[in-house]
Amino acid sequence: MTEAIPAIELDGVVKEYLSHGETVQAVKGVSLGIGEGEFFSLLGPSGCGKTTTMRMIAGFEEPTKGVVRLHGQDVTDVPPNKRDINMVFQSYALFPHMNVWENVAFGLRRRKVAEAEIKQRVGEILEIVDLTGREKRRPREMSGGQQQRVALARALVNRPRALLLDEPLGALDLKLRQLMQIELKRIQREVGITFVYVTHDQNEALTMSDRIAVMNDGLVEQLANPREIYERPATKFVAGFIGTSNLLSGTVESVSGSAAVVRLGAEDRILISSQATAGETVDLTVRPEKITISTEQPEGELSVVRGTVNEVVYLGTYNSYAVGLADGAEIMVFQQNANDSSVTAERGDTVWLSWQPQHSYAL
Amino acid sequence: MKRWAPYWLALPGWMWLGIFLVVPIVAMASVSLQTGNLLDGFVQTFSVSNYTDAIGKYSTQLVRSLVYGGVATVIMLLLGYPVAYWIAFKAGSRKSMYLFLLLLPFFVSFVLRTISWGFLLADDGILFGTLKGWGLLPENFHVLATTVAVIGGLVYNFLPFMILPIYVALERVDPRVIEAAYDLYASRFDAFRRVVLPLSLPGVFAGVLMTFVPATADPVNAAVLGGTGNTMIGNIIQTEYLVNSNYPTASALSFTLMAVLLVGIFIYARALGTENVLEAAAR
Repeated sequence: MTEAIPAIELDGVVKEYLSHGETVQAVKGVSLGIGEGEFFSLLGPSGCGKTTTMRMIAGFEEPTKGVVRLHGQDVTDVPPNKRDINMVFQSYALFPHMNVWENVAFGLRRRKVAEAEIKQRVGEILEIVDLTGREKRRPREMSGGQQQRVALARALVNRPRALLLDEPLGALDLKLRQLMQIELKRIQREVGITFVYVTHDQNEALTMSDRIAVMNDGLVEQLANPREIYERPATKFVAGFIGTSNLLSGTVESVSGSAAVVRLGAEDRILISSQATAGETVDLTVRPEKITISTEQPEGELSVVRGTVNEVVYLGTYNSYAVGLADGAEIMVFQQNANDSSVTAERGDTVWLSWQPQHSYAL
Repeated sequence: MKRWAPYWLALPGWMWLGIFLVVPIVAMASVSLQTGNLLDGFVQTFSVSNYTDAIGKYSTQLVRSLVYGGVATVIMLLLGYPVAYWIAFKAGSRKSMYLFLLLLPFFVSFVLRTISWGFLLADDGILFGTLKGWGLLPENFHVLATTVAVIGGLVYNFLPFMILPIYVALERVDPRVIEAAYDLYASRFDAFRRVVLPLSLPGVFAGVLMTFVPATADPVNAAVLGGTGNTMIGNIIQTEYLVNSNYPTASALSFTLMAVLLVGIFIYARALGTENVLEAAAR
């Protein structure tokens, strides 16, 4: 396969601000490429630099250092109104003095598109976002979900080469948010435009994205597809930020080939398949749903730790156990309620936790 | 009952307005329809000749007042809008300081401020006297007692009343809405014309009302800065009332001015009503 020119490319981008006389780095050097037609998410906690990164792609912020390229063209100094990119703002930022039709037609009118074509394109896009018949409504007369779709239509009608979405579902309630996630994905498939999605909601990012860049403290911690981000978090931060993770640390006891045995307590043995040297202390992670909880010591080539149940919580689709280990660490275990809702162990019971070696590895 | 509390609490305010605004207006309306003089007394004749005579006699001053008030308002709008815009979007953390500076002159009496303007503009005062001394201005140059001085004074005195409501309106404009305009290919000018300006119109509307009405009726600037050739309707009313003791004429003129201003405002509201302008801006 030949290397295609990315739709959006950031090359060593740094953004510094002056705040109370001190230079603050909001983005500390981000390089990434986003492919044509990709659904790409920038995921991270607030203040991680994801919004600043997006605003540099849109052209609202100028990078202190580095280059922004759109389809191979350097646009670092190009103002937002000259970039072939549109944005869906966090609070929608609809024009309050214009009705739906006028809001959506704004971009086309600025580009001096012929009235007949405007009419046709606005009509089409309103149909895609299911707002036909509401052309004359003002934004304040509409629900949050409808406003959100106006914002989407207002951007998409221009057929931009990429669409930037800044936490577009943040203001909606849970039900509507889940509905809009599916809707967004459908629209993206339908129009085939590159989507760059900024969010702090890991579920949103995992559900919709082709690839995710997890950001923290102005840097990209990991860039991969959702499965890899979840299954093999590259750093402690990613492991902790995405889903629930158990972070453990132990001493490498023995190494054979590319596998190693890590020991926590006397009866604990964790198998990892990473490069390690005996005697070294390693941090490792395992997801709660990968762990099997049992009251008898399990057999076989498994990672096994022993602990005492501190807490059992019934959560409908699964049970959650908090198990205290000998060294004071606590491990979360999720047990699916597949057959019945009876729990394997009660508070205070001694239990064995086990999992397949591939589910834990050193960070 | 608790839910009546707001009504009871609002009552004194309404009574204050009722007694001190409506009663004098009714009294004045009655006086404007009387005939007579101070020595023989005034009789309620319901003759409208007070109005026709007064308007006929003082139409020049009435028209002049509207022109001066109008010109001053336009100048205030042109000067004030950029200041309001600058404070709202560019002043950053110093906003309140600039707003305070704007209001600072109000700590000095209106009349005193106008008189000090008189000093400033005097033919041989600090400003022109000095400039003439340096030979930068011709000897016969003067501003005091001209139209320029009166309109200048009006602009100076009422400018903050134009700036403040516009500032309040601009302050409420969400900066992201302006960014959205840029994002949708609007040039700086387009973003201003299509988004910022329309959204600030309620402020412009309030500002124009708050300056045009008092500027048109103002007697102080014309009296202190205008000399004899620039008399405005406010001066006439004052003279008729306080000097000539011609209460019916003064009252009739006051009502005429009020009516003209109200009609003017009504037409202005209809023609430039926010809805109309917003419609136009949305295209």
